[in-house]
Amino acid sequence: MSVLPTPPSPADGVQTPWGRFASQFAESRLAMAGLVLLVVIVLTALLAPWIAPQDPYDLTKLDLLDARQPPGAQSMDGLTYWLGTDGQGRDMLSAIIYGMRVSLEVGVLSGAIALSIGSVLGVLAAYLGGRFEQVVMRIVDIQLGFPAILVALILLAVLGKGIDKIIIALVTVQWAYYARTARSAALVERHKEYIEAARSLGLSGARIVLRHLLPNALPPLIVVGTVQVAHAIALEATLSFLGLGLPPTEPSLGLLISNGYEYLMSGKYWISVYPGIALLLTILAINLVGDQLRDVLNPRLAR
Amino acid sequence: MSAPLLAVRNLRTEFATRDGVLPAVADVSIDLARGEVLGLVGESGSGKSVTGFSIIGLIDPPGRIAGGSIAFNGEELVGAAPERMRALRGRRIAMIFQDPMMTLNPVLSIETQMVETVLAHERTSREAARARSIDALTRVGIASAAERLHQYPHQFSGGMRQRVAIAIALLHSPELIIADEPTTALDVTVQGQILYEMQKLTRDSGTALIWITHDLAVVAGLADRIAVMYAGRIVEVGAAADVLESPCHPYTRGLLDSVPAATAPGQRLKQISGSTPSLLRLGAGCAFRERCPRATPECSAMPEMTTVDGRALRCHHPLAPVAREAA
Amino acid sequence: MFVYVLRRLSQTALVLAITSLLVFGGLYLVGDPVEILVNPSADQIEKERAAAALGLDKPIHEQYLTFVKGALTGNLGNSFVYARPALQVIFERMPATLELAFLAMLIAVTIGIPLGLYAGLRPGSPVSKAIMAGSILGFSLPTFWVGLILIIVFAVQLGWLPSTGRGPTTEVLGLQLSILNVEGLKYALLPAINLALFKLSLIIRLTRAQVREQSLLDYIKFARAKGLSNRRVIGVHLLKNIMIPLVTVIGLELGSVIAFAVVTETIFAWPGMGKLVIDSIFQLDRPVVVAYLLVVVFMFILINLVVDLLYSILDPRVRLADVRS
Repeated sequence: MSVLPTPPSPADGVQTPWGRFASQFAESRLAMAGLVLLVVIVLTALLAPWIAPQDPYDLTKLDLLDARQPPGAQSMDGLTYWLGTDGQGRDMLSAIIYGMRVSLEVGVLSGAIALSIGSVLGVLAAYLGGRFEQVVMRIVDIQLGFPAILVALILLAVLGKGIDKIIIALVTVQWAYYARTARSAALVERHKEYIEAARSLGLSGARIVLRHLLPNALPPLIVVGTVQVAHAIALEATLSFLGLGLPPTEPSLGLLISNGYEYLMSGKYWISVYPGIALLLTILAINLVGDQLRDVLNPRLAR
Repeated sequence: MSAPLLAVRNLRTEFATRDGVLPAVADVSIDLARGEVLGLVGESGSGKSVTGFSIIGLIDPPGRIAGGSIAFNGEELVGAAPERMRALRGRRIAMIFQDPMMTLNPVLSIETQMVETVLAHERTSREAARARSIDALTRVGIASAAERLHQYPHQFSGGMRQRVAIAIALLHSPELIIADEPTTALDVTVQGQILYEMQKLTRDSGTALIWITHDLAVVAGLADRIAVMYAGRIVEVGAAADVLESPCHPYTRGLLDSVPAATAPGQRLKQISGSTPSLLRLGAGCAFRERCPRATPECSAMPEMTTVDGRALRCHHPLAPVAREAA
Repeated sequence: MFVYVLRRLSQTALVLAITSLLVFGGLYLVGDPVEILVNPSADQIEKERAAAALGLDKPIHEQYLTFVKGALTGNLGNSFVYARPALQVIFERMPATLELAFLAMLIAVTIGIPLGLYAGLRPGSPVSKAIMAGSILGFSLPTFWVGLILIIVFAVQLGWLPSTGRGPTTEVLGLQLSILNVEGLKYALLPAINLALFKLSLIIRLTRAQVREQSLLDYIKFARAKGLSNRRVIGVHLLKNIMIPLVTVIGLELGSVIAFAVVTETIFAWPGMGKLVIDSIFQLDRPVVVAYLLVVVFMFILINLVVDLLYSILDPRVRLADVRS
């Protein structure tokens, strides 16, 4: 029962859907702040080789004498360790920048792969129905019944270390969410009458799936995607912290934190805390953006 | 003439939307006598439901009553304290909504929902409240009321649920019931039953009734007077028979003409040309002028409400009332 | 109802079987536990004897069959490290994990629901905005890092609470529980808060979303039209409706908390199942890992079942679907 009359039609010169979306998104200052933060983080990660004061992987540059220096200390050649150094004399700031890069890489890549696999399976399940749908959704349900961390733990215990292994583990953990979301969205669309009409007109299945079902599944998938990427980054950090996953040669933020664990009690907090803050900011930025996206794209909150 | 039960003067209710302030009710004045049945008719967006909600005080932000007065039994409701409004609601003024499946709480039993209404306004025992509820249910025609009391809304059919809502409304014998499209969500056959029940009950108890609907046919047999709303204003008020047989406002005429039964078989159905204007962009003049076959430049000034012979009109070029044939 | 439960139980058995197969096979591919458990300087005969003692000299399918046979009688093999039945080792450590999980959920629910309710009812107020901002922070913080911070702040700097280990226990119904005495509670508090933080944020957001959604519905307006007090409208009408989805989510999250305890137990050196399984993974103590997984999966399925039953009890539309008017 609506109390308000119909909104003005586009012919009146009111915003286009994109414009409307953008202005609705911008309503939350927090979300905008998150967006700015995210852009900064991504740019930093992309431009790492040019921004970082020191290459943390270059073992020749490391000086053990500079190990465990507090933030602000100076190195012998005049380089300021803004965030201190770690147990091997690595500049924390550089290590963090590169670590962010690795964390983002892993998170986004696994998310993208999981999204592709999951949404294709989900949409197909909705479209084909029958046995295929039942089997796929069964697997999805079982998979979702397991806590992500356990699945990842076991997989990594079996697979060992390596960036590709951890991506496999993350994809395995995430695809089911995408599949379920894609299927729900596609189902809603599939049962609408115009799809029946399209089929009766002889439009090929592929066309229907691509032109109608898939685009309709996009908004919820985007929302799930942002949340999942944040989760993936956090999960990877947790696994690295526990000693599984990434090899020490290419530390993500999680591994950096883990390396600094032993120095916590002796007061050299910066080796663990600063990577942690960087991790927190990354996840926070993604969540802030994703949260507002969900609010804006949610049809049930009458806007 | 005794003082009216309800006197609404220049009511204005606005909603703050992203695109501007929306005057859902722009200027409404209407009186209601004790025991009278008023049919408030209008299309979606005319402001009829908002009028109803304004009277019972359930306009929530981003909406607010921006002006005017609502006098109930001489007491001013606009600006009244929330606790006073709460005390009036359900007791002196009751409301029935459109879709009873959504208005009855699906997870609470009928007993809970009725007993709590009794106890909200009176200090009695649970048993007494129960007894009154059973009584009310029986009055609206629900058999085996005592057993049905324990059931949940989803176990009732649509018509039965609406009867329950009516029973709840009658629990404290209110002086005014506002019914917002109570039969729209029901089957046609059930509609007739509910209409009949409401008519009987209100006549028996002397309760005044505002029946809000978009369907003229529904209030035809029920209402004493009919008020027609358009774009937030009342455009015509009169005795039901008069308005239905000889409407004076072009909009009312258009409404009546567009009823399929009014058209001879085989002929094209009549429609009011154009579509409802956006309330955000109404100009200064009569809101109907762009669709009105009788519009002239004079209509760019908002017509005032004039009352002639018990008929109130807001129009510069009203149709002449057809003299009623002797019965 | 009976048929339903039966069907669920058979599904359970199927899931357990598949899980055990996957895990068993997977772990078989990883390293050689004998290398770890036996002195590296031991000669080949020693190693072979150790392998035989652990049953590792048989081909894998035989090992699996032995395992299955044992499983059906409740015997999941002996831990390589502890030389005791794996199941026994797990059960010894279970109460520690369960009490931690329980405490964490308790904290999350008692704080989360009222905060979420407030944020949902007054969405514009600065307090609500602060709550919501805080909740985003809450689930953005990586659990393990929060644990570290908690230790630094409360244990190292302020010295209020102990940083590792579990406190003294009291015996209740044959179980050793540490949270029932004040000393034990002090040890449990930091890890429980750590575990609770994520769930707390989740519950706040969920409650708020539910409140916002439900408040728009007609039955709330109708309840107010009847002249009911605000307290009754919110406390009875609204709450009863949001509790249904809330309870189901909370139930499911409980399972997740038990799993996530793995991280918290590691950081706080809490002697529960989680720490056990991490250690076992690194020590290649396969029977323990397999047993842990099966126990946890079983608990999960049990929780799922209870939640489903609870849902049908709470929602009269589901419970009384058969009764016709």
